[in-house]
Formats: sequence, structure tokens, C-alpha cells
Amino acid sequence: MTAFARLRETARRHDLAAFLFLAPTLIIIFGFHLLPILFTFGLSLFHWDLLTAPRPAGGANFHRLALDPLFWKSIRNTIYYTAVSVPAGIVASLTVALLLNQKIRGVGIYRTIYFIPVITSISAVSIVWKGIYHPNYGLLNQLLAVFGLPPQRWLLDPRWALLAIIGMSVWKGLGYNVILFLAGLKNIPQHLYEAAQVDGARRWHRFRHITWPLLSPITFFVLVMSVIGSFQVFAQIYMMTPGGGPQDSTTTVVFYLYKVGFGDFHFGYASAIAFELFVLIFALTFIQRRVGERRVHYQ
Amino acid sequence: MASLTHERWLTAAAVHGLLMAGAVFMLFPFVWMIATSLKGPDEILSGSLRLVPRGQLTAAVAGHELPLFDVRTESGGRRLARLKLLGESGVFVDPADPAAEPRPFPMAAARPVEKIRFYWKNYVDAWTAQPFGRYFLNTIFVAVCVVSFQLLFSSLAAYAFAFFQFPFKNKLFLILLGAMMIPQQALLVPNYVILAKLHWLDTFFALIVPFTASVYAVFFFRQFFLTLPRDLWDAARVDGCGRLGFYFRILMPLSKPPMVTLGIFSFLASWNSFIWPLIVTNSTELRVLQVGLSYFLADSGTEWGPLMAASTFTILPLVAGYFVAQKRFVESQAATGLKE
Repeated sequence: MTAFARLRETARRHDLAAFLFLAPTLIIIFGFHLLPILFTFGLSLFHWDLLTAPRPAGGANFHRLALDPLFWKSIRNTIYYTAVSVPAGIVASLTVALLLNQKIRGVGIYRTIYFIPVITSISAVSIVWKGIYHPNYGLLNQLLAVFGLPPQRWLLDPRWALLAIIGMSVWKGLGYNVILFLAGLKNIPQHLYEAAQVDGARRWHRFRHITWPLLSPITFFVLVMSVIGSFQVFAQIYMMTPGGGPQDSTTTVVFYLYKVGFGDFHFGYASAIAFELFVLIFALTFIQRRVGERRVHYQ
Repeated sequence: MASLTHERWLTAAAVHGLLMAGAVFMLFPFVWMIATSLKGPDEILSGSLRLVPRGQLTAAVAGHELPLFDVRTESGGRRLARLKLLGESGVFVDPADPAAEPRPFPMAAARPVEKIRFYWKNYVDAWTAQPFGRYFLNTIFVAVCVVSFQLLFSSLAAYAFAFFQFPFKNKLFLILLGAMMIPQQALLVPNYVILAKLHWLDTFFALIVPFTASVYAVFFFRQFFLTLPRDLWDAARVDGCGRLGFYFRILMPLSKPPMVTLGIFSFLASWNSFIWPLIVTNSTELRVLQVGLSYFLADSGTEWGPLMAASTFTILPLVAGYFVAQKRFVESQAATGLKE
């Protein structure tokens, strides 16, 4: 067969029209997702501010990163943020899901209410919470005054600022995880509980030996999604503590990236930060897919 | 048996109690937001916890509007208007007898006379302080464009993956899968550079085009297409239906469920996106709502009445939509976790 005939044969057996249908999506994914990530690594090897010509930097950006105290502070802040917000969020949402799974009336209304913060705009909600945390007229300090407790400066206090933002984030994301956990709980066959009750198992044992293990795929999914999400938090920090917080206490890695890249326009340096972030999150996502799938199949 | 019933009843009450406490916790910021948005500046600065906004009544005395107080005088409680403050006391005039000599009374013995007053001016101030009308239009325009193109491009791509055979099919699928795992933040700087080179910075292209492709949507559609009976495809081919014909006349009409789910999901994601529009747009004409709010906060950071008003009218449309299409909203968000 000639080459041309082979090509025609291929075209007949395969639907090359598929490439036309794939084209828009593929072009955009390549152009704005895949190419840029290679670009990120390339950019990190230069000094560039977009206006003047880029100057090669070799590993200088990474070297500077390793010695940058604010970068390491941002890593610490991000880890602190994750370490507090993720467990708090999971415990709270799992508790609510367990409560909602009871046979009580008005479950639909509760679900509606718990989900409202999830769909609200992060900017607007940040403004509201900034007001709540206001040291003078804010709701929180007014409430504390009612109970005779001393007011705090919250977002202006290096001890409280990050915790305050965490509180707001947990509040906002609660409903989302509740829905996920509820779906997981509904998938647990009822007869397992009935059998356990016949065997005399108390509520805690039923939870520990039936609910928790059978919920583990969802719990794992929520855990990884929450961790990945917490590494990416930006909007509320920008809105509530635009300067990065008192003594940089709310500067997370993404916030620092924004500050360096779009505040100071050090694109090369920002790319180095972005690259580190990417490696971290990519690894986490990869782990989630592999381990998550394995656990689901184990079921 | 009696104790079993008693235990269940107690548990139900405890469950409701806890859930209600949680519901209050979920809603209190919104309640406070609305209440504060209707309070006048004096009321906000006093930091009162009252939910219903109140304003102080005034009386016209000799051409001036003076604030009214209920004052404890030696002849009992009298409603007097305060002329001025003098240290810890106020000088009061009786509006019913304006010719009489004004008399001082300690402020501690005076209580302001108030009525329920909604300070709608906050909303007017907020709406005019920034071009929120423009921001709304921009946000809606961007969201509608993103959703429309995303649904079109993604369903076409999923169509190809679900129904056609072609070289590199599996490799492309894996590449898309990999692309889905790339976090947006790592792409900010290089995409900014790419957009700058394309001269797309500060244009609607920058806000819309990168989001017209969604690997998640492709997978979601593909999953859905794979559940459709194969006979549909074969019968259509036998009838001489072209590839595009099948797509438009058979596939799309059947695809309402994933369209709705993905449509809502993408609309919400676009409406609520923040860091991307913040970076790629600058001028007021292109600003979206989320970024507009951040400018408003930066400009008017101490005017909490208008700030709360702006937050309220930003949140309201989506919440209203949510109440109308609740189930769909929740489904669209839950689908991210449960599709596998």
C-alpha cells in the first residue's frame, strides 16, 4: 500500500473528525494549562519584570527562596492554616452530617441553611466578617462585652489574625463537606446498623465499626480536597488583611506569590514560588487519586 | 419499651437543638449584615447589638431640628429637645413651650426617643460609590460567555472521546487528566505573560477564553454519554446521520441533566472567581463584582453601612437563585466529589 492509501485507510477506520471536536478544548488546555506550567519552570530561571529584558538567573531565584524568611513564614502560615482549618472543618461537617442523617423532620430546611454560605461570594462574605471582627464596632467584640469578656483586636492582632480567617473559612466551607458526608452516610446499608443493634452494640461502637470505616473513602476525599483547597486560599486574606496581616501573620504561600509577582513584579522569583507550590499540590493530588482509587476498589 | 421511646425523644430534641445552634451560626453573619446595612452611621458607631435599626426622632424648635429625649425632671418624665451638649449634661428646650427658658439636665437622666428607621441611604451610597451596575453587567456577561462556550467545547470533546476511535486517544485522555491536577495559582504568572504577549490584558478575552475549556466538564459529559445506549449511535449511523447531526439532533437534547449541573457549577465558579480577574484586568470598565468589592473596601473601608449594603446586594441574586433551584445548586457542587 502506498503511504497515501494507508492514510486514507486510517482516516476511514478512525474518526479523524474527532480532532476537530477536540480542537477548542485541546488548544485552550495546552495554551493556558500545560504550556504555562512548563513556562513556570523556565521563568523561574530568569530575573524578569515584564518591562525590561529578562536576565538569566540560573538557580539564583531558588537560592534566594531558600534564604527568604518571609517565604518560610508563608510556608509556616500555610501549614498552620491547613493544620487547623482542615480537622476543624471535617469534625464540624461530619458532626452536622451525622445529625442530619437522623430521622428528624425539617432535614431539607437545615440542609438549605447550612449550604447558603457555600454559594455566597467570597468578597462580600469577607467584608461581612471583617466587620464582625472589627475591634470597635464589630459584632464579636460586642458579644464578648455582653458576657463580660475583654475585646480583642482580631485581624489586627498577630496572635488572632490567621485564626480569625480560619474561622471564617471553616464557616464558609462547612455546608459543602456536609453534603459530601451526607451522601457517603446514605450509602451505608441500613441493615448493618440493625444487625449491630440486635447484637447489642452501643451508639459509639456502631459509629466506630460501621460508620467510620464505610465512610472512609469520602472522608479521605474530603481530607485531600480540603488540604489542597487550604493551600490555595487567597481571596479572604486579600480582602480581610490586604497587607498580609499584622507581622505578616496571614501571609500564605499564594498570598506571597501574588505579592512578589503582582505587587513587586518579580516574575522570575514569583515563578520559583509557583513552581514549589505546583510540585506540592500536584503531589498531593496524585496521592489522592492513587490511594483514593485503591481504597474505593477495596470496598 | 417505655425507656426506649423516652431515649429516642430526648435524642430528637438534642439533635434539633444542636442543628438549630449550628443554623444560627451559619446565618448570623447575614442577619448582622442586613441589619447593619440599614443602620445609620451614628447607630453603627455606637456598636449596638440591636437587630432592628432605629433612628432618633427630632422636633422642630425655632427653625432647627433638635434631637428628642425622654428626660427625668423634677415634675416627672418630659419629652424635651436637646439644644446642645455641655459636658455631662445637655441643655433642653420644651418643644411644646419653646419660649420658656432652656434648662440643663444630666444626660444620664435622658433617654433618646427612637423609632424604627431603615437607613436606605447606605444602599444608595454604596451603589453610587462604585459603578456596581457596570460590575454586575460585566460579571454576568463573563459568566454567561464562559458557561456557553465551556458547555459547547466540553461536550464536543466528550463526544469525541465517547463515540469515536482515533489515534492517540488514550494518551490525550491522560494528558487532560494530568492538566486537571495543575493548580490555578501556579499558572498565574505565566498566563499573565502569555496574555500580555497576546495583548489580551484588560480585555474580555482574558476573562473568558482561558475558561472555555474545562477538563472536569469533559469528563463529566463523557461519563454521561457512556451511560447512553449504544443502539442510539448505531441506529443513527445506519440512518445516515452525520457526526454533527447526531450531536445536535440526538445527543444534545438528551444531555439536559449534565448541562444543568455543569452550567450551574461553572456559573458559580465564574461569578465567584477572584484572583484571576484581579490580575488580568485593571480598568473600571472591565471590573467584575468580586474585584469591585475589594476596591470598594479599599476606598471606603470605614463606612460600614454602605459596605454591608454592597455585600447584601452582591449576595442577594445568587441566594435568590439558590432558593429557586436549590436541588440543582447542591447537586452541582456535590457532583465534584461524587462523580467517581
